[in-house]
Amino acid sequence: MNIMQNQTRGKHLFHGLTSCEGCAMELVARTVLDILGTNTVVLTPPSCSAILTGFSRETGWHVPSFMANLEAVASYASGLRTGLEVLGKDKVNVVGYAGDGGTVDIGLQALSGAIERGHRIIYICYDNEAYMNTGIQRSGATSLGAWTTTTPGGKPTQRKDVPQMLLAQGIPYLATASTAYIDDLAKKVEKAKNTDGPSYIHVHAPCATGWRFPAHKTIDIARMAVQTGLWVLYEAVDGRLKITKEIKNFKPVEDYVKMQKRFQKATPEMIMELQRFATEGYEKLAERVENV
Amino acid sequence: MAKRKAMDGNAAAAEGARLARVQVVAAYPITPQTPIVEKLASFIDEQKLAARYINVESEHSALCATIGASLAGTRAFTATASAGLALMHEITGVAAGCRLPIVMPIVNRALPSPWSLWCDHSDSMGERDQGWLQIYTENAQEALDFIIFSYRLAEDERVLLPVNVCLDGFFLSHTSEAVIVPSQEEVDNFLPPYEPKNLVLDPLDPMAVNVLTSPAIFTEIKHQHKVAMDNSLQVFKEVSQQFQENFGRQYGLFETYACNDAEIIIVSMGTMSGTVRHLVKKMRKEGQKVGALKLTMFRPFPGRELAEILGKAQGVAVIDRSAGLGSLGPLANEVRSSLYDTANSNQGPVVCNYVAGLGGRDVTEDTIALIIKETVQAVEGNLKKSYESRWIDLLEEAESI
Repeated sequence: MNIMQNQTRGKHLFHGLTSCEGCAMELVARTVLDILGTNTVVLTPPSCSAILTGFSRETGWHVPSFMANLEAVASYASGLRTGLEVLGKDKVNVVGYAGDGGTVDIGLQALSGAIERGHRIIYICYDNEAYMNTGIQRSGATSLGAWTTTTPGGKPTQRKDVPQMLLAQGIPYLATASTAYIDDLAKKVEKAKNTDGPSYIHVHAPCATGWRFPAHKTIDIARMAVQTGLWVLYEAVDGRLKITKEIKNFKPVEDYVKMQKRFQKATPEMIMELQRFATEGYEKLAERVENV
Repeated sequence: MAKRKAMDGNAAAAEGARLARVQVVAAYPITPQTPIVEKLASFIDEQKLAARYINVESEHSALCATIGASLAGTRAFTATASAGLALMHEITGVAAGCRLPIVMPIVNRALPSPWSLWCDHSDSMGERDQGWLQIYTENAQEALDFIIFSYRLAEDERVLLPVNVCLDGFFLSHTSEAVIVPSQEEVDNFLPPYEPKNLVLDPLDPMAVNVLTSPAIFTEIKHQHKVAMDNSLQVFKEVSQQFQENFGRQYGLFETYACNDAEIIIVSMGTMSGTVRHLVKKMRKEGQKVGALKLTMFRPFPGRELAEILGKAQGVAVIDRSAGLGSLGPLANEVRSSLYDTANSNQGPVVCNYVAGLGGRDVTEDTIALIIKETVQAVEGNLKKSYESRWIDLLEEAESI
């Protein structure tokens, strides 16, 4: 809470925005702009982050922004970046700021293309594990067992791992981050800013509205996701993987699940599967670190 | 000094883009457009064009990247056809709504289904209400000239709208002919370096672009777009005058041939217009009062200007190179609508709509002769007045194929 009360932080985004109470997306945006500063252009898709870009004659950003189409943030960013370079404005940070639906589902092609072409853009995905702005529909990033309005009985399949897909593709800088570890996120944004090429940061951003938990629990839940191993904080510079928050004593996944009403329909088998996903997922990543 | 060279429509369009000094090209291949983006890649590689080239992964991204580059403040270019254009459809409205002076050739190719590689206008017609200007070219010279012309038109602050320069696939895109290629100096004198006059994404001048807009002002923003569309007719005439002074070639919103005392006028767009003129010339020698009108600017539709010419005829034959399923062909609908006031005075011409040349079928002299014959019959009252299009080049066994 100290972070939110500190007026020197988050100053590049106006206060009093219409995002939900306890919104992690907004906190991430403030942190990103703290690091990047005002020599930045932000592109958002129609999503929760569109609230920041604005409505009619109002905007939330202190920097130029563009409302892209849902599947095309990375494509617009590619053209913008190229145009700015033509004009010698190389120092401008071009940032795509999109949710999980706009990134791992409909925007994956454009993102993959932009990374392959090597544009110097910073793409940040705030992952609230569903299409929240349209009213909580499942995405490819929704957890196994989670209720959404389109998975009323709990999602039957596991989330897809887009950071690993992009890592396999080859990207100069990639990181995962969490709203519970803002300093870690800030360091990663700094690295992205200094990367000569595309960079990607995937931030776990719990959503009080969609996950059905009290708004003051956002940070606790984000921290619990990391401490159970369900969400691992790592980074990869030129493919070299490093876990940035090592977990010694894992908390049981059940503790995380119990904090959110979205898992109320999850069966014991689903929760066991989530536990296996957390344990094995962390181990697999840890092995890759040792092998470097 | 201008030089005379042999080149096909695609090469001419690419040459036009080079001479216009486009700064960013976003490119994705699709038949029959591909040679345009290939040629531009070579120009950049050979340092004949100082531009950046973005090899996007789809046409959807091609137009998004072009918009991004335009919003940065550069003169941006892409080209497409058929299914590629249909994929862009979501984005064509963004380019126009953000009032970005992008020029994008459409090398006309039928939209599936069934699949076709060949020419008709169903692709560009699908975009006709998206707020772009649409220019249809007849030959390679027009293809080259209209790329340069269109940037000047698009960048005029009374317009600030994107332009489609349409080239008939294969008939124009892949057919070589003599083209006068202006010198760089001549083009530079006509088209100054690009300066953004409206929206830009620049930290020194921060603005939020393309935001969610409430019903309280949405209509007004659309109306600004409408005013720009309306303005473009007058600006086209001014640019045309300037073009004529600089290059010696003059282009109108449409081009008439033997229309003054014509009883029957044939309205066409694109490459078939040459065949129409050829036949009209022949029939004029035989004493038949026929005329030809080739429409160049389809969007905005110059209805008032057209009605002045067509209103004097007894019969107007409109040839649509797209099916216009569920109605008349799109060109015929526009022409009939333009003539409504003349028609009400009971002196207006009979308007007949012919659909021809779909999916690459050649529109031959025989087809056009048949069109004229049927229109004469309609004028004489021997043909039932029809509210449907007549598919004039249909095979007899059409229903059993």
